[in-house]
Parts: sequence; C-alpha cells; structure tokens
Amino acid sequence: MGEKESEIERIEVLGETCPVPLVEVRKAVRKSSDGDIIEFIGDHPASKKEIPMAVEEMGHKLLEIEEDNEKWRIKIQIKGVEG
Amino acid sequence: MSGKATLIVHSGEMDKVYSALIIGNGALSMGMDVSIYFTFWGLERLKKDQLENGPLSRKNMLGLGKWMVEKKMKEANVAPLEKMLEDFVELGGKILACDMTMEIMGIEKGDLRDDVITEYCAVGTYVKEAKESEITLFI
Repeated sequence: MGEKESEIERIEVLGETCPVPLVEVRKAVRKSSDGDIIEFIGDHPASKKEIPMAVEEMGHKLLEIEEDNEKWRIKIQIKGVEG
Repeated sequence: MSGKATLIVHSGEMDKVYSALIIGNGALSMGMDVSIYFTFWGLERLKKDQLENGPLSRKNMLGLGKWMVEKKMKEANVAPLEKMLEDFVELGGKILACDMTMEIMGIEKGDLRDDVITEYCAVGTYVKEAKESEITLFI
C-alpha cells in the first residue's frame, strides 16, 4: 500500500530534551492503529538514536531517518495493535 | 515489547526523584511495564504540592544549589517533575505508596496525591513485582 502524505501524523518535539521525545513517541504509538504512519521531528541528539531503538523494541517499522543539520525527522509505521 | 522495570524511590531529594521518573518514563517509552514504589523520604514527595520540593542530594547549600540547578534545567528545557509524573501516569506506569511508611511517619491517605497513586501496599507486593522484572533499581 502506498502512503498518502495527508495520512501521515506529524509530531514535533523540537527543543525538547530527555525523556520527552521518547515519551511523545510512546504516547503517539499508544493512540495509533495498525498501518498508521507517524513522523517525528526533533533536535535532541540522543533521541535520534533512541527513538529507532524504542520503535524496534516495540516491534514497529522504522521507515526513514532524515537529518538536516541538528534537526531530524523519523518516520515510523505501526505494526499490529498495541496492548 | 515486553518486560518490566520496578523502581524503589527511598530518597526524597529532587535530583533522585528526577532520576527515577526519567528512567521510569524511558522504560515505559521502550514498551516496558513500570512500577515505582515510593517509600520513606521518597513518599514525602507524593504528599500534596511536595513533588518539586525536595532539596538537592549534594551541594544543596541551603537551597542555593537547588536554585542554580533549577535555573540550568530551565535553560536546558528539562521538563518539570510534575510533567514527568503526569506522563508516567498517562503511559500506564504504576505508582505505589508504602503503607508502613505512612504509619511510621503519620501520613494519612488524605495527605497524599491519591489521584496518581495506583495502590497502597507493602513489601510483598514489591518482591512479587521485582521478581517479575528485568530491571530493578533502588534510588
């Protein structure tokens, strides 16, 4: 299935520091359904590495990581239903 | 993912409560179940309007050290403890209050933040939860 731009949820965590970016990812994941695509935009350096770790731990799919100077965008797809 | 983390907060100092809530929120964010037990001086922080009121564990300097650290934290945009606790509860973390501490220190349920406390319990509950946990910490 192709992804439509309009269906992507965007969550900004610019300026936020540990543990807020991770927490916001978890909040968004909990509210999502199977197949949903969520994009996170932030600039906390450690979270660029740790969000993919959390996504993998929870069994979801990491679609894309983009970097633009200090800013990053991480796109994920939800797999399965959250308990 | 699965797994569980069980933390004891025995200390009431601000920096230690920060550590507990940051680790707790981090573990929840990684998909784990998390229980935090507040006991002894830690339980003081669950009294109404007391969450942010602990001193620094070192270099408090009658509050001057704490003031400086709080200033630095604000500059670094670190979330306040109140927000961390709110996130913790929202993500399904459990807050447990030690009932023996309540008895020893003369703390009544009405003195505590009943809105965030999941359960009032004793050591048996902790041991059972810790036994099921991959991560246990005493802070």
